Amino acid sequence: MGATMNARFEYLLRLGDDALILGQMLGLWTGHGPVLEEDIALTNIGLDQIGQARAWLTLAGKAEDAGRDEDKLAFFRDQADFRNAQLCERPNGHFGDTIVRQFLFDAYAVPLHAALSSSSDPEIAAIARKSAKESAYHLRHSRAWMLRLGDGTEESHDKVQQSLNDLLPYAGDLFYADAVTAQATAEGWGADPTALRAPWTTELDSTLAAAGLERPPAVPEQTGGREGRHTEQLSFLLAEMQVLPRTYPDAQW
Amino acid sequence: MEKQQWPLWEIFIRSRQGLSHRHVGSLHAADAEMAIENARDVYTRRQEGVSIWAVPASEITASSPDEKDVMFDPADDKVYRHPTFYDLPDEVKNM
Repeated sequence: MGATMNARFEYLLRLGDDALILGQMLGLWTGHGPVLEEDIALTNIGLDQIGQARAWLTLAGKAEDAGRDEDKLAFFRDQADFRNAQLCERPNGHFGDTIVRQFLFDAYAVPLHAALSSSSDPEIAAIARKSAKESAYHLRHSRAWMLRLGDGTEESHDKVQQSLNDLLPYAGDLFYADAVTAQATAEGWGADPTALRAPWTTELDSTLAAAGLERPPAVPEQTGGREGRHTEQLSFLLAEMQVLPRTYPDAQW
Repeated sequence: MEKQQWPLWEIFIRSRQGLSHRHVGSLHAADAEMAIENARDVYTRRQEGVSIWAVPASEITASSPDEKDVMFDPADDKVYRHPTFYDLPDEVKNM
């Protein structure tokens, strides 16, 4: 053993941390949505993500077999131990920034959950099947807003085009392949991230075309999230998210 | 300057056990698709429904409150219009 990594734990952390961080970011919209209805929509989606995070992190804790539950993993790890894609921790920015971030993620989550639904691990498959219905709705919501903003006014078009130019490079982590994903794919319980790029690209291209948006010229993709390298934004988020449980460990209310 | 509002939509939800859609409230949305999505998020997040109708509020024709007496008072003394003078078999539900 010794140097043997726990691929299952690592893989489940990636799934859980994506959902946890994105859900937490969406929660910051509470009370700040552009209209009441959209405020509720964004926070509903955030709650779905938190629900998925709980399921994945609970399973990750079991895979690690070191006595850490979902809360221990969410609130008592430091930034370098988080495995979320950097895309998920990008700032909320304006509404268009949040929508583009969400769309880029949803277009990945839908084929991801579809692939994981046929995982050889029945627990992973069960969580994926439940999540698939949620991510399908999330994509429907974010895609509709991509069309409205892209094909809306000149101002909304220019703003969301800029959001796309800014955020697209951060999609790199979503398709990051390494020894962990190789083992997950070979053993049949995980999804091959490189195989998710084709359906993601198809969704991206068709939505951008319908929205009158242009795919930004190819730029080097940003990666590192899966290995614990993050942007400074994550540290601010974790500070706010973790301060209470760290100040009052095991507090109940 | 007054901020421009999205149009108002009236929302009707059919619950899991319900036979017909019931009015649950209203919301603002820019188009029909957004009205359905907003209704889903605002009015069905606690499992309230399995079907949604969204109707532009401007399309609803309402009776006038001024005509309330003329419209509804004449029904007050027509008790024979209620099916209370014969027994219904138990098999007949939802009367």
